[in-house]
Amino acid sequence: MSTKPAVETRPAERWLRRAAAVPYLWLLIFFLAPFLIILKISVAEPVIAQPPFTALLAWGERGFEGIRATFENYAFLFQDGYYGIIYLSSLKMAAIGTVLCLLLGYPMAYYIARQPPRRRNILLLAVILPFWISFLLRVYAWIGLLNNRGVINEVLIWLGVIDQPIQLLYNDFAVYLGIVYSYLPFMILPLYANLERHDRNLLDAAADLGARRNRAFLDVTLPLSMPGIIGGCLLVFIPAVGEFTIPALLGGADTLMIGRVLWDEFFVSRDWPVASAVSVVLLLLLIAPILWFQRIQAREQVLAR
Amino acid sequence: MNRRPVWLITVVAFGYALLYVPIVSVVIYSFNDSRLVTLWGGFSLRWYASLLSNRELMESALLSLRIAVVSATFATAFGAIVALALQRLSRLRGRVLLSGMIAAPLVMPEIITGLSLLFLFISMADLVGWPASRGATTITIAHITFSMAFVVVVVRARLVAMDESLEEAAMDLGGRPVPVFFDITVPMLMPALISGWLLAFTLSLDDLVISSFVSGPGATTLPMYIFAKVRLGVTPDINAITTIIIVLVAVAVATAALVSSRRGQTG
Repeated sequence: MSTKPAVETRPAERWLRRAAAVPYLWLLIFFLAPFLIILKISVAEPVIAQPPFTALLAWGERGFEGIRATFENYAFLFQDGYYGIIYLSSLKMAAIGTVLCLLLGYPMAYYIARQPPRRRNILLLAVILPFWISFLLRVYAWIGLLNNRGVINEVLIWLGVIDQPIQLLYNDFAVYLGIVYSYLPFMILPLYANLERHDRNLLDAAADLGARRNRAFLDVTLPLSMPGIIGGCLLVFIPAVGEFTIPALLGGADTLMIGRVLWDEFFVSRDWPVASAVSVVLLLLLIAPILWFQRIQAREQVLAR
Repeated sequence: MNRRPVWLITVVAFGYALLYVPIVSVVIYSFNDSRLVTLWGGFSLRWYASLLSNRELMESALLSLRIAVVSATFATAFGAIVALALQRLSRLRGRVLLSGMIAAPLVMPEIITGLSLLFLFISMADLVGWPASRGATTITIAHITFSMAFVVVVVRARLVAMDESLEEAAMDLGGRPVPVFFDITVPMLMPALISGWLLAFTLSLDDLVISSFVSGPGATTLPMYIFAKVRLGVTPDINAITTIIIVLVAVAVATAALVSSRRGQTG
């Protein structure tokens, strides 16, 4: 087989190779194949049948007759302004949610990173802890707070700040709040990992050279933490674009996010080819941020060692 | 350097309040006697009592637990093998494809994972006649597939830090590969396997979107049941379920912290 000298681990390697075939095959069937199927259906024509789309490979009496593919579903997405608006609106909402998350997460990560080690661990644990409670239930909890007769409105009325309940739920504001709340740990952890590594001597040097604290932050800490900022932002932005639960529970009827539209396209209007094309375009939109994130990640791992 | 600007403390306090106020408010209102969620009608356990008599809810909770236990177990086994293969095998055919298939589910929008798996199950039923109907089995398959990726991340992190010399020594002393694996490698990986299993279990128990796509008539998981109810607004019995889940999570986290701190002292 190979000319490599026999090493002690060879039999173990052989076993591992055999065992790995099972999950490998599993992933080929249940991850790669579905992905190819979605690509295939996105170029099929909708028909009234079960399944409701045409086959990619046309089989006639004389066998294989050719490939039947249409890009009409994609053309439909681009001609019909509706989907363009939804994609843009999803990207916009995810971006605003991410920036808000950064504005809250950065000071928190900064504060935690400058605490004594014992306190640091407790504060970090407190950030991660809610993550273990069901995401759905945590989003749901906001309904009780934001309701017209919810806790926040009641408290504001009691304090005399407002005399009529204000609409806090079922609008874009609630969705932003949901994104910040749900994804805050994803922002804080990479930022913390970065800020915690900073060499304090650099700040001391800046201070010795007469830099005020704000100046030192802007010239030293902020540029050094750039990889953490980008990493955290992408970790929030990528899942937020395709988010379903938050806009479905907290958003209004006019909150346009692609995850929710895709759900409706599938469960309500049952147009599978269009739903597939919508998914493929969503993935294409996410490829650039995903690749960017992986590059940052690889670089940070090298630095962490 | 201990003097911190007031605004920084304020922002940090606001952040922690944001994380905990919703959870605390749900717990408080779960003991509210009033059906109107915002009016305090006195302390009561009636919503907890009503959970017990809610058959639909109990069934969906049991189904979710069953799926979570089975899928977490398979995901941990598969994930550990993939992590070992990626980390230990110098020459692995299709390594790029394998690591791609492991990395992709981590960033794939759930809604696409769900939709594509449903299409697969329908195509398979069409071609090979299986699965004849969708339900607990298809949900379990879907959960194994996406949670496996998270297990791989956890186990690989441990493998990177792990000392291989013990296994090599066992091999030098004539140990056979399979016993060596179960007697030495698995115990050394145990902390990662446990946290990977818990992560997969939580992800499965929590999943709404993928389950909704690949489920069929008759199979309603707990998140699907909860989602259908809360879509229409706040319901007091969901507050009670949330509180129970929070207590379970708190107990689990406290136990894990105790176990790891004791291990840290002795080891």
